[in-house]
Formats: sequence, C-alpha cells, structure tokens
Amino acid sequence: MSYTQEELVIEPGQSIKHYWRDLWAYRELFYFLAWRDIVVRYKQTTIGVAWALIRPVLTMIVFTVVFGQLAKLPADGVPYPILVFSAMLPWQFFANALSESSNSLISNAQMISKIYFPRLAIPTSAVVVSFVDFLISFAILIVLMAWYQFWPTWRLLALPLLIFLAFGAAMGAGLWLASLNVKYRDFRYIVPFIVQFGLYLSPVGFSSEIVPDKWRLLYSLNPMVGVIDGFRWAILGSTQIYWPGFSLSTGLVVLLLGSGIWYFRKTERTFADVI
Amino acid sequence: MSDYVIKVENLSKSYTLLHQQTERYTALRDVIAHNVQNIGKRLVGNYTNGTTPTREEFWAIENVSFEIKQGERVGIIGRNGAGKSTLLKILSRIVEPTKGRVHIRGRVASLLEVGTGFHPELTGRENIYLNGAILGMTRTEIKRKFDEIVAFAEVERFLDTPVKRYSSGMYVRLAFAVAANLEPEILIVDEVLAVGDAQFQKKCLGKMGDVAKEGRTVLFVSHNMAAIGQLCESCILLDQGRLKTFDQTEKVLQKYLATNDEEQDFIHLTDDKVRQGSQEVKFDWIRLQNFTQMPCRQFSIGEDITIVFCIKPNQSYQDQKIKVAVEIRTLDGIQLCNIVDTDSRFQLGTLAQSETISVCIKDIRLYPDTYYLSFWVGSTTSTEIFDYVKDCLSFEIVDGGKLTTRLLPRSAGLLFLTPEWYLLSKEIV
Repeated sequence: MSYTQEELVIEPGQSIKHYWRDLWAYRELFYFLAWRDIVVRYKQTTIGVAWALIRPVLTMIVFTVVFGQLAKLPADGVPYPILVFSAMLPWQFFANALSESSNSLISNAQMISKIYFPRLAIPTSAVVVSFVDFLISFAILIVLMAWYQFWPTWRLLALPLLIFLAFGAAMGAGLWLASLNVKYRDFRYIVPFIVQFGLYLSPVGFSSEIVPDKWRLLYSLNPMVGVIDGFRWAILGSTQIYWPGFSLSTGLVVLLLGSGIWYFRKTERTFADVI
Repeated sequence: MSDYVIKVENLSKSYTLLHQQTERYTALRDVIAHNVQNIGKRLVGNYTNGTTPTREEFWAIENVSFEIKQGERVGIIGRNGAGKSTLLKILSRIVEPTKGRVHIRGRVASLLEVGTGFHPELTGRENIYLNGAILGMTRTEIKRKFDEIVAFAEVERFLDTPVKRYSSGMYVRLAFAVAANLEPEILIVDEVLAVGDAQFQKKCLGKMGDVAKEGRTVLFVSHNMAAIGQLCESCILLDQGRLKTFDQTEKVLQKYLATNDEEQDFIHLTDDKVRQGSQEVKFDWIRLQNFTQMPCRQFSIGEDITIVFCIKPNQSYQDQKIKVAVEIRTLDGIQLCNIVDTDSRFQLGTLAQSETISVCIKDIRLYPDTYYLSFWVGSTTSTEIFDYVKDCLSFEIVDGGKLTTRLLPRSAGLLFLTPEWYLLSKEIV
C-alpha cells in the first residue's frame, strides 16, 4: 500500500471530486447490499423464493378474469394471461423497485449516520433486489408461453433494451422519492398511492390500444406506458408500437433518471444530518 | 510542513435547532403551512424576514484547526457534547462541515459505533463480507484478511451462527476486527471499546498501537482516560466545540481533569422530574462537591464525595419525624447501596423550615463508570414516603487519581479495594 496517495479535500458545498470513481471503487458494495436484502428477506420464511412467484401469478389470474373474461377486452388473438403477464413483469418490477428504494435510505439510517460510503449504493441495490424478483417472474412467463405454445419473434432481442428502460424509470423515480423521503416523511405515504393508482393508470390489465387515438399521446405522459407497450411489442410480436407515445415516454424516463441523480447528489451530503 | 496526513483548517459545523419540534425531519405539511403563512404576512404587509424565533443556530464545532502527522496516535477528549463525535463524523465524510476545510491523505477507516452495518439475521461469515464491503474493501481483500479477522475476533466456532445470537462482547470483537484489519492509512475509533471485556480492550489497544507502528495514524476518542494515556502520545481537548488544547497527553489530561463547569453540578429538582410520594416534604436542589468544596461531578477513586441537598416542607406537612436516604445505582440499574441517615447516628427530627444537609462519602471505592443517585425522604414512624426522586443526578468515577494509575476496565468489578496484604512466612519470623 502506498502512502503517496492523492489528497482528499473536504469542504462545504463542494461535492466530492471523484464521485464516479469513488462509486466504482465501491462497486462490490452494490452487490453485497442487494445480496444482503435478498438473503435476509427469505431467511425466516418457509416457502422462501416462492413468495416472489405467488404475487404476480395471483394478480395475473385476477386481471385475466376481470378484464379478459368479464369485461371482454380485446387481446388481438394473444392469450389473455400472456397479454397481462407481459405487462405485469415491468409493472411489478417498477412498483417493487419504487417502494423499496424510496424507503431504503430511511431503513438504513443507522448506517448512513455512522459510516461513509457512496449513498447511491443504497437505493440502487434496492432496485437490483427488485430486478432479481423480476427475473424470477420471468420464468413464469416462459412457462406460460410454453403452456400456450406461444412462440416469440425476433423482436424479443430488443427486450434487454426495454429492461434497461424499465430500470431507468424505477431508478429515476426511486432516487427522487428516496431523497425526498429523508427530509419529508410524507412521501412514505405517497408511494403506496403511486403504486396503487399506477397499476390502473398503466396498461397492465388491458392493452393500450383500447385508449382512443386522440388521448394516446397524453396517456404516454405516464412513462410506464412506453415501457409496458415496449414489453408487449417485444414479447407478443403482434402488437404495433405507437411511436410518438413511445418516444415521449422514453424521453420522460431519461429526464426522470437524469434529474433523479441530480437531486440525489444535491441532497446526499445532508442525509446524515437530517435522517 | 507538508508531512501531515490530516490537516484541519478553521473547521466549523452548525446545526439549526428547531425548538418545539420533536422529530428531526420536516413534514411537508409544515413547510407548506409555513410558506402560506409568510405569503399571508407579505400580503398584509408586516412580513418580517421569515425566520421564526424558534430557530437557533448551534455550533457543534467552531473554528477548529490542527495538523496530524503520519504514524501519530492522537486522543480526542472532552465532555459529552464537546463536539468529539461531530469532528470524527466530518473527518470520516459522514457529515459535511459548514465552514473550513479538511485535507486527508490516505484511506480512512472509521469505527464510530459497534457493529453498524451488521445485519442481525446474517451469520458472522456473511457479516464479515458485508461489513468489509461497506468499509470499502474488495472481496479479494476480505478473503485475504478473513482468517486474520476471525482469529482476532475469536469467533471461529460461531462463524455460521446469525450474529443476533452473539453476545455483545463477540459482536464488538467482530466489528473491531473487521475495521482494524482494513489496513487503512488512518484509523478513527470512537468510544467503542467500553463494551468489550478487559482482555479484549487490551487486545484492541494493542492492535491500535501496532497499526500506528506500521506507520498508520490513529485517532481515538474515549472517556477512558487510562486507555488514552496508554495509547496516545498527544491529545486534543475539545470544549463546547472549540479546540482548547493540543499537546502531549499527560498535560492535556491534567488540564481536563482540573476543569469543571459549575452549572451542571447544581441540580434544581423541578416538579417535572419523575417523583413518587406525597410531596409533603420535597427535595429542592442537589449539588455534588469535591474535597475542596468546589462543585464537581467527576471523582477519582479514593476521593471524598460530598452530596449537599436541600429539603423543604410544604403546608400539608404535619411535623412528623423524617429520615433521609441516598441510593447509588449503576448505569445498568443495579442498586449498590442505600445510605440512611440514622445508620450514621444522624437524626433529622421534624422540619421547621427548609434545611440544607450535607453527606460526605469518604474515600469512594467505586470502579470507573457513571453512577446515578436517588434521593428518598420518608417518615420514621409510619411507612409514608414523602418524596422519592430516582436517578436524578449522575456522577462519574474516572480513571487515575491518588490510589491507582492502573487501567481499570468497567467489567472487572464494581469496587476497588486495597486491603492489607501480608507474607505470612515473614510475619512468623
């Protein structure tokens, strides 16, 4: 170990110089925090990981019955469970990530006020944990598709990009809410609302093609609309993408993520003081 | 002069105290309400400046400057609230200073609290990796150090047990072992050793000494003056956020033990104290004094503690004979004694007016720690209790003093005894 390291200067109002390099140095922390949350979550449960499967499956069944069987919404020839599930995947990921990350700073308050490490690790690993759930749910989709003998097209190759988009949406909103939550605990109550309403405001139980054309652009102001439509487009292969709406949603996700990081960096220096 | 590893320049840290507010975070509702109020005031025309009188600035650290060179072992001492922890938090980048600047050369590992970042559900092994990562170690680094950490913490047998089943001693050992084996250039340790047993405290002090010998720098906060004296060559004394002295440990310790501020040593027992009894006779105020009659709340072993208090009868008091008792309890609530006036053949009788009474406990032999005093007054003829104020005043027994300079760990005993020893073979001759 060399002692001729460069100097670290701590000054008020100045963010640490090598922010991103610092983050890189702590890269394993992201993994360890996510691993901790996953291990702890299933440590004293008897059915363990099965919990990650039960929720999306039950929701899918309810939505299939309500929207597909009772309301008889159109499905363009796609089995309704698959239609629902291809949207359920990104939505559950977004909803879980949002609730977990917005609470993550508060639940790690002890650590924040006693140890230095890049604060960004906490909300990020909360999103990563939800991503693991997402991967588990993805297995259900594969089973469903096999059951209905539904074959995906080449469009499936675009899925990683769309996952990335979902990640961005969850991360952006999560960063905003996590840092606001530190100062204003009101957001603890707002997040469940967002998640609850969002489920109905996003095209999870139905296809967004039932939204009248003149409202579609407005509807795309919900960034999850773009993500979900993208997922359906990639998985189902038959639906058409509404490009103006999709671009708008994507743009909003980028904006959300950028501003989320900006706000988080702006406020993270005072976390230990107010938490 | 450029061989410093830590250079602190005019460092200050202020907190805004919001009186009336019980929680540290703000509710959005309050912010909105406050802003609406201000707009309202502005509309009416008597808008002042938006600051309410309930806000007060508090300087936890004020204008502190010092330099620490490589390989130095520096102690930081001061009373509770002197700013020690705030200073360490700034140095370890947890909080941001309000003013001033700090230059740090090298990797900092700080142990501000035992076991932060440990998860109770995870096993010892898992927690070593997790904690290591939080402190900035890579996985390969932890792997390399793993055996050393385990050996130092002496937890081999419990590696796969969740740490929630660990004893507090094991917990501390493991936490310290991870931080100390991080190989930082600068090791910052806050009062964390108080939890471990004597042997482990010694081991930790030894480890910190070794760390310094390897050319690393150690910053150590403790209330244990003997430990500071043993480990640190120089010492920083903080007082109300200001740096009072930075000098050789011996000189600083002398200065520290000699200072006392009066206000704290005089306790006025207001009615909001939790008290039991009929209140016909009440304790009014209490003060602790040392042998020079000066107010004091820190004593060393072998000193005399004088407790002075005033009792006051009220209108409903009907000339019953009273007796008074003083109890001493440890921080854990173990009652050490119940000192009753009549045991010393002291009779108060009836009270005509307020009386001031002094009790002198000569040659105190309690181990270094914090102790609580409780006061009791009751009737001699019936079982009636007039007033009982529990744990209303604390005092501290500190290391050092005229009887011993040996390191006395908290867990090694409660009483410091110096009985007479004889070598019987010589005595017979």
